[in-house]
Amino acid sequence: MSAVASGPWTPTPLPIRGVTRETRDTFTFALDAPADGFRFAPGQFNMLYVFGVGEVPISVSGDPARPERLLHTVRAVGAVTRAMCALRRGKSIGVRGPFGHGWPLDEARGRDVLVVAGGLGLAPLRPAIYHLLRHRERYGRVAILYGARSPGELLYRRELERWCARREVEARVIVDRAGPGWAGPVGAVPSLLARVKVPPGSTVAMVCGPEVMMRFTVRDLERLGVARERIFVSLERDMKCGLGLCGHCQLGPHFVCKDGPVLRYDRVAELIHVREV
Amino acid sequence: MAQIGERVVVEREHFPDLLAALRAEGHRLIGPTVRDGAIVHAEIQGVEDLPAGWTSEQEAGTYRLRRRDDGALFGYAAGPQSWKQSFFAPAARLWHGRLEGGKFLVLEEDRAPPRLALVGARACDLAALAIHDRIFLGERYVDPDYAERRRGAFVVAVQCGTPGGTCFCASMGTGPRVRYGFDLALTELLEGRHRFVVEVGSEAGAALLGRVAHVPADEGDARDADTVVEIAAGRMGRALRAEGVRDVLLRNLEHPRWEEVAGRCLACANCTLVCPTCFCATVEDTTDLAGAEAERVRRWDSCFTLDHSHLHGGPVRTSIKSRYRQWLTHKVASWIDQFGMSGCVGCGRCITWCPVGIDLTEEVAAIRAGTEPQEVR
Amino acid sequence: MERIESLLRKHPFLSGLSDEEIRFLAGCAANRRFSPGDLLFREGDEASAFYLLREGRVALEVNVPGRGPLQLQSCGEGEVVGWAWLFPPYRWQLDARAVEPVAALAFDGRCLREKMEQDHDLGYALAKLMLYEVYQRLLNVRLQRLDLYGNEP
Repeated sequence: MSAVASGPWTPTPLPIRGVTRETRDTFTFALDAPADGFRFAPGQFNMLYVFGVGEVPISVSGDPARPERLLHTVRAVGAVTRAMCALRRGKSIGVRGPFGHGWPLDEARGRDVLVVAGGLGLAPLRPAIYHLLRHRERYGRVAILYGARSPGELLYRRELERWCARREVEARVIVDRAGPGWAGPVGAVPSLLARVKVPPGSTVAMVCGPEVMMRFTVRDLERLGVARERIFVSLERDMKCGLGLCGHCQLGPHFVCKDGPVLRYDRVAELIHVREV
Repeated sequence: MAQIGERVVVEREHFPDLLAALRAEGHRLIGPTVRDGAIVHAEIQGVEDLPAGWTSEQEAGTYRLRRRDDGALFGYAAGPQSWKQSFFAPAARLWHGRLEGGKFLVLEEDRAPPRLALVGARACDLAALAIHDRIFLGERYVDPDYAERRRGAFVVAVQCGTPGGTCFCASMGTGPRVRYGFDLALTELLEGRHRFVVEVGSEAGAALLGRVAHVPADEGDARDADTVVEIAAGRMGRALRAEGVRDVLLRNLEHPRWEEVAGRCLACANCTLVCPTCFCATVEDTTDLAGAEAERVRRWDSCFTLDHSHLHGGPVRTSIKSRYRQWLTHKVASWIDQFGMSGCVGCGRCITWCPVGIDLTEEVAAIRAGTEPQEVR
Repeated sequence: MERIESLLRKHPFLSGLSDEEIRFLAGCAANRRFSPGDLLFREGDEASAFYLLREGRVALEVNVPGRGPLQLQSCGEGEVVGWAWLFPPYRWQLDARAVEPVAALAFDGRCLREKMEQDHDLGYALAKLMLYEVYQRLLNVRLQRLDLYGNEP
């Protein structure tokens, strides 16, 4: 029998080229893309399948300009992701995708861009950051704000250091709590907004992290005068298909898998504040 | 050969030939039959399986079969099943695979479902079928299982003559007249001779008619047939004011009525099972005992289950209130944003089959009444 | 009006103010009652009131999809709740829910802001009271966050 991937429900097994441990429970998988590469837009996700266990939606966290390698950053929290995080080089992961609406990188051309990430939320934003850095001349000010629980939980530490050292972007990292070995800022992510220039008229903000963190951050962005139409959040809901067919990921009229996961804030502002929608 | 749009008359005595001709062409007939105290949809062999002389009495939370005083083959309103399960299968294997040396192979799915002939489809159900065609075939991703099952299906529709106590297709603009989606549409006439006025809806329908004795319908036959549907339109058991309903519901997500209906709703999911447009599904990933072969099966699901909205360790919609609200707002409001049409076709099944008799026409009216200015008398 | 004034005078939060100042503020205040389960305010809504709690307890909550509403803090008799009315964009950041029958004096936010602008001495006096309240709360939040009762560092 041949291995044929056909139809939107069928996964394509891709071999694991390498696994990088980011933190105690978070790993980045590098998969070998098929021959002509795996093209995706920053902010899109794949449904990743662990043989015999199940499938979960995980954002692509790699560089869109390097489609020969497909990267996903995964935290081991449930049955599927725990099984996935036990896989090593040589095994395969089933991939379906890419799905969804990504970050508004075209829309943001000519504007100042503010990237705000909390915890694992940096993973879906990293492809956008790569794009912003590669095409730096297309954008105005670029600021990257990132917060995690503690220094040990920071993702992509070496890259963070490089971004913080670059002069053409302003990157700041903050942690909720730290021991004496940490000399950087300590506090909640929204507090970093006070340290960057956020020209309200032209800023496009891209925010990703736990939903409450996004709500608090958006509140502060609105206080700074950034319009809801220029704030973008990446939402999560239960997903079984990624195709808009299973009905699980609905938030009001939006299917998070196809209208999102990146959604313009004005479209979800009302819904997000109604409990249990 | 008859033309599309043409109407002919088939006598009752020749009607069995129509079904026999479909079977001879290799279709599996799915039609109404009496089973377990209801008129259900099952595989039938011929006219002898049809619910001749039966009708149903339906009210909120009530369904009873009653004998008619004639031999009508289609003299009943929607039973607990629509045609949903014929194409959107309650369980469908999506793919299967095998582990080989740490890597796994996805094996080709051999889809060869039988070609079906639906016998007795009503306008409401054809509207629902059109909605499913849009969702499973007409959006960005085509569902291959649905596509295969749907291909080559023959539809013998029936113009409704006996609407039920919970029907409101007229309000939803989906019936009782069948206007599209059929190969042949029958109107059963019982006055005088028992006969059928048959409208041709497609070339396949015209071709099939060629194998059944028929004569062109005259003006009298056509008028009699139209009258049946006109009378039916005036005998709806319920009504729902559909105009503006999207805003009424989506702007009132905190209306006290949601709490009130939650006190009655059992979250039993009956409504989603009988609803002809519900399409929520879940997937089951399984392996054999050795862990070497795996498959994924798609199964019907319901937004009334706690698992439906599972996120980060718990459901987003924990309360029954939030789950009922999700179902109703999706069905009559959000659906319009998503697909450009209402998800409700007015078949009334959810009202009939709700064990506590919740009536969505009443719920919508109650929320409207609580939000719109009262009429000045 | 008289009744409101006397209730205001009795509330611990305003105990440093003079009778004249209380009279001046009373125009912005009204008596409110909430049943258990009622929301005093909801995240995202326009922030228009400052509550002085007279009876009953109010829970400050944030709703997390999948985990439900999480209680961050509670406020009770003699305390105050609600700060977002002070600063633009005047939108509530949290939910406040009555967990017991609540009796409160509710100041209209805009009215109170205007009065504080009109009379800067009063404005300063009130601001000091509010600042102290917020400072205390901040210290408590720091202590809460240290999570000292568990084993995790």
